[in-house]
Amino acid sequence: MSNRRRIKVLISVIGLDGHSTGAEIVSRFLMDAGMEVVYLGIYQTPEMIVSAAIQETVDVIGISSHASNYEQIGLLIDLMKKDNLNDIPVICGGTIPKQYAEVLIKKGVSKIFPPQSTSESIINYIVSSVKR
Amino acid sequence: MVNSVVKKIVNGDVRVAAKLIRDIDDGTPGTREILKALYGHTGNAYIIGITGAPGVGKSTVADQMVHALRKNGKTVGVLAVDPTSPLSGGAILGDRIRMQRHSLDEGVFIRSLATRGQFGGLTQSTRSAIDVVDAMGKDYIIVETVGVGQDEIDIAKSAHTTVIVVVPGMGDNIQAIKAGIFEVGDIFVINKSDRPDAEKTLNDLKAMIDITRKKFKKEGWEPPILMAEAVSNKGIVELLNEIEKHRKNRKALSRESIIRHKKAIARFELIDMIKSRLVEEALNHIINSLEFKKYLDCIMDGTKDPYSACDELLSAKLNFLEDENTE
Repeated sequence: MSNRRRIKVLISVIGLDGHSTGAEIVSRFLMDAGMEVVYLGIYQTPEMIVSAAIQETVDVIGISSHASNYEQIGLLIDLMKKDNLNDIPVICGGTIPKQYAEVLIKKGVSKIFPPQSTSESIINYIVSSVKR
Repeated sequence: MVNSVVKKIVNGDVRVAAKLIRDIDDGTPGTREILKALYGHTGNAYIIGITGAPGVGKSTVADQMVHALRKNGKTVGVLAVDPTSPLSGGAILGDRIRMQRHSLDEGVFIRSLATRGQFGGLTQSTRSAIDVVDAMGKDYIIVETVGVGQDEIDIAKSAHTTVIVVVPGMGDNIQAIKAGIFEVGDIFVINKSDRPDAEKTLNDLKAMIDITRKKFKKEGWEPPILMAEAVSNKGIVELLNEIEKHRKNRKALSRESIIRHKKAIARFELIDMIKSRLVEEALNHIINSLEFKKYLDCIMDGTKDPYSACDELLSAKLNFLEDENTE
């Protein structure tokens, strides 16, 4: 019964960053779009995110960053490569300056959504990246 | 293929086990074959159900229990069930927030589940997920559900010990879960007991479960009511002690009553499994048929009433029902 299938997304704030509002709003509209969202909350290390992604078998990881801690996102990508999880797309949102965004994309982040991104653009991106 | 998956899960491979639970959820073909082979490796874990209204602190209680059990060297699996939105079909699974401190502990496996199925599939998929975690070799499995529906009550019935969590000052929360759920509670916890009205809640609860307590008393178990403040780890040791007592109490029952009890559960679970497959397959068979669309159109243009449409559809698509209709 493939109609039971749902897109499962992990949403987390990474590192020493307590700005949860963005992640919560994104979680909410992804739920409204029919997705299952595993929300981890704030202060999550790359290791905790990877472990949760494995235990939950998610399709996509969404990282919220508002505290200039981009190197944490880089560490997450490294860890995922090490653990053979690079088939899971990582998308990021928040206040990430352009020059850092370019570095992160080079590193392996699939997509970065800057402030003012619409919910539709995020939903559509996730749907298209999961379909494959 | 089936054998290698089973072997990996029995050896505790988190990734393979997690993937199987996802396949159970998604209804991926071939999953049942793996579950059949896996079943022989289940039956060793002690299953604790935690249920209660939203916001009473079930996840926090579960988190503290995991912490205490790990201190005693026990391995733990947690299955946290959250409701699916009936409007969008999506869900926010937020129970991990309270338990993330265990995420790097290899002795702990935490999995969130959404209720999903419109065919009462929740009990089926949760039971299968319990089997998977059981086969992984976890000593304890904590199943956390929102105690407001028949499905959740059914899950509670499958647990060895069912803990019901309530909080003071929420008369309505007791109202909401009293229908049916109190009968399955083996242990009651008044969480957030530092709040005013904790004593009143205790008295209300005592009055409410009095009948149940008398019934249980015959089996040598009177459900205790405990006070707790899970967020500051108060009352958790006591809770685990009571769970252990309940476990011993179950073991101490006579052989006949243990077998009778086990058979009742096995019967209930088998009927439930047959029911959900039957409903799912029969319903799909009917609603995807041309006749269904025709009858629906007839109802819309007023040439058929829904009662006749239902009778005629059932006799056309499921002919074994005819006998009953002619009676």
